[in-house]
Amino acid sequence: MADLDVFRQQTRAWLEENCPQSMRTPQRSDNDACWGGRNFTFASEDQKLWLERMAARGWTAPDWPTEYGGGGLSQQEHKVLREEMARINARPPLSSFGVWMIGPAILKFGSEELKRQHLPPIVRGEIRWCQGYSEPGAGSDLAGLQTRAEDHGDHFIVNGQKIWTSYADKADWMFCLVRTNPDAKKQLGISLVLFDMTTPGVSTRPIKLISGSSPFCETFLDNVRVEKSQVVGEINAGWTIAKYLLTHEREMIGGMGRTAAGQKTLPQIAVDAVGLEDGKLADGMLRGELATWDLDAAAFALTAERVLDEAKAGQGVGAASAMLKYYGTELNKRRQELMVALHGSDGLVWEGEASREGAIARTWLRSKGNSIEGGTTEVQLNVIARNILGLQ
Amino acid sequence: MAALVLNEEQQMLKDAAKRFLSESAPVSQLRALRDSRDETGFSRELWQSMVEMGFVGTLIPEALGGAQFGYVGMGQVSEQAGRNLSASPLISTAIGGVAALLLAGSSEQQQALLPQVAEGSLLLALAVDEAPRHAPNRVATRLQETDGGYLLNGRKTFVVDGHVADKLIVSARSAGAEADQAGISLLLVDRNAPGVSVERTIMADSRNAAIVSFDNVTVSSGDLLGEAGNAWAALELTLDVVNAQLAGELLGLSLEVFERTVAYLQERKQFGVTLSTFQALQHRCAHLFSELELVKSAVLKAQMALDAGDAEAAQWVSLAKAKACEVAELATNEAVQMHGGMGMTDEFDIGLFMKRARSVQTLFGDYRYHANRFAALRGY
Repeated sequence: MADLDVFRQQTRAWLEENCPQSMRTPQRSDNDACWGGRNFTFASEDQKLWLERMAARGWTAPDWPTEYGGGGLSQQEHKVLREEMARINARPPLSSFGVWMIGPAILKFGSEELKRQHLPPIVRGEIRWCQGYSEPGAGSDLAGLQTRAEDHGDHFIVNGQKIWTSYADKADWMFCLVRTNPDAKKQLGISLVLFDMTTPGVSTRPIKLISGSSPFCETFLDNVRVEKSQVVGEINAGWTIAKYLLTHEREMIGGMGRTAAGQKTLPQIAVDAVGLEDGKLADGMLRGELATWDLDAAAFALTAERVLDEAKAGQGVGAASAMLKYYGTELNKRRQELMVALHGSDGLVWEGEASREGAIARTWLRSKGNSIEGGTTEVQLNVIARNILGLQ
Repeated sequence: MAALVLNEEQQMLKDAAKRFLSESAPVSQLRALRDSRDETGFSRELWQSMVEMGFVGTLIPEALGGAQFGYVGMGQVSEQAGRNLSASPLISTAIGGVAALLLAGSSEQQQALLPQVAEGSLLLALAVDEAPRHAPNRVATRLQETDGGYLLNGRKTFVVDGHVADKLIVSARSAGAEADQAGISLLLVDRNAPGVSVERTIMADSRNAAIVSFDNVTVSSGDLLGEAGNAWAALELTLDVVNAQLAGELLGLSLEVFERTVAYLQERKQFGVTLSTFQALQHRCAHLFSELELVKSAVLKAQMALDAGDAEAAQWVSLAKAKACEVAELATNEAVQMHGGMGMTDEFDIGLFMKRARSVQTLFGDYRYHANRFAALRGY
């Protein structure tokens, strides 16, 4: 315990000295996030400095081993770091599918060579990754994917099409599910491969969403050469890794409805927008709906906390991520509906500086995808019913 | 912040309560009490066994004969009581009565009464509400100061175990207008004191409740819990303690009724297949499972916050009671629907769970009451 107190003191002092003041304000949108990568333009000198300083300590990936550039922190130390960052409202130094997804998968399943090649650049924010999972014909039925990888001795030749690839047009590398054995049962012929997006034959096209932005792309793979050394885990054993990554992704998406440090809570926003009468929100029906949401959100936040605590104590249900993903995304959609409702017509403004370019309306529309991406609500309910409740 | 998991001691208490109550106080016992129109409404023999198991003294300090296992500890007993619909004065005496004495009573009062509760010789009941919908600040029952004492006049309703309690813990107004929080007193009244009349009300859940009237009942200053007119804070905290346990009971009840429903879907066949193969039912069960996970977290947090003396405990309790009420209503309604015609029969236990759920939901504030309180506590 004493060691942890020392660590807290040192961390607090270091953050105090090294976190630029402008990085201690809430991130208002994806545009404020630091995504890193070869082509990234930093929004400010502070943003760049903050990334470099944190990366130098490995604190962009605090719990990864130091030999691959990570922070080497224990779970408890990692928690202290999170708490100390939250205390000063520090922004995450890096938003990265590398740190969140493919990095942990390489750590768990990858060869030593892959770890040494890929992990340090992820920690430093030098390489930005995207995920090649869904295909036009393989959405909820992901294992039905058709992108083919033909064996050419020391390499594969990959042909096919991916869709809903997040930020493929801005990414440097892709982790991609491909079919390496067309004759096996569908889950058994899949491999997870890595390739550079500048490889000949890779092209991308952004998809415009109802929110007006284009966070997703179509990615076309036309005779793309992929070295066999870039297969994560065994050939034809990619489905296990894919499921591991999906679990990770669900937890990430499920956590999106939560209020980050320094942000106003939904009730506070409602009070500002609607006003109080005799100490109560001036619109009685809205107050009731808001309370219903607030209760669910508070109980959900406790549940996310409890699931983590149980995992640490070696208890709990393994398929909890499906429940968190289901409930968290539905909660976030309800939150965004309330955001629009409590702002009235202001919530529907699409352009102009006063509305921060229609932030409320666009965030509301974007949230509709939460219960589709990373496995739909219906797929999560299937997983809960079959894997936890044994209903089949 | 403490981890949201049970410690070893609490887990052991949970296991012990689970074993004991499922064997000694199962649903069939409640059914038998109902069918025989039992006058006490619970088994005194069971209560004595619960004393011996240490359940009755869970909240009582060790020095006064209890086990001092705290609110999370008691929560494990409440949850198992919910699973088995165990009929006993746990809520009225071991939780409500003990909490009122601990939070409002003097050390003399605690030393005189708590050992008697711990050994099972004293039953208590909280007489708080006066109207059908919970409103603890609406107190018309009057406590009038006279020469050397007080006179009590008024009427209380939904007094759980009121017809068997040895002593009633009554809220009464010493000053102020009917809905004021200021001016409320808490006092001990013997059920057999002159002027006290008790009418048992048979409720849908076959458990005990009573209407209690006070007609010029003489009360001495030694029967006051705390200062006259200054008991609101203690009363509110007492109700928080009880509601955190009622939420635990609702959690246990909901989990049990849900598990029975899932088991029924796995065995009942129609169209040549078990009902469990239908996605329309699978998804409703999966949703209910998720809601139950939220209730588990909220209930544990509320009980932990009370144990820790958390300044925001009231908020956590209202969150727990509100969610537990909401989900118990959903779980019991879904259970009846998914059991089909069998769910409508008296022979199946499902209906008993639904009736008990509504009673616990209504006692000391339902979903609406606690959602409203939660919102008010959070500044809107």
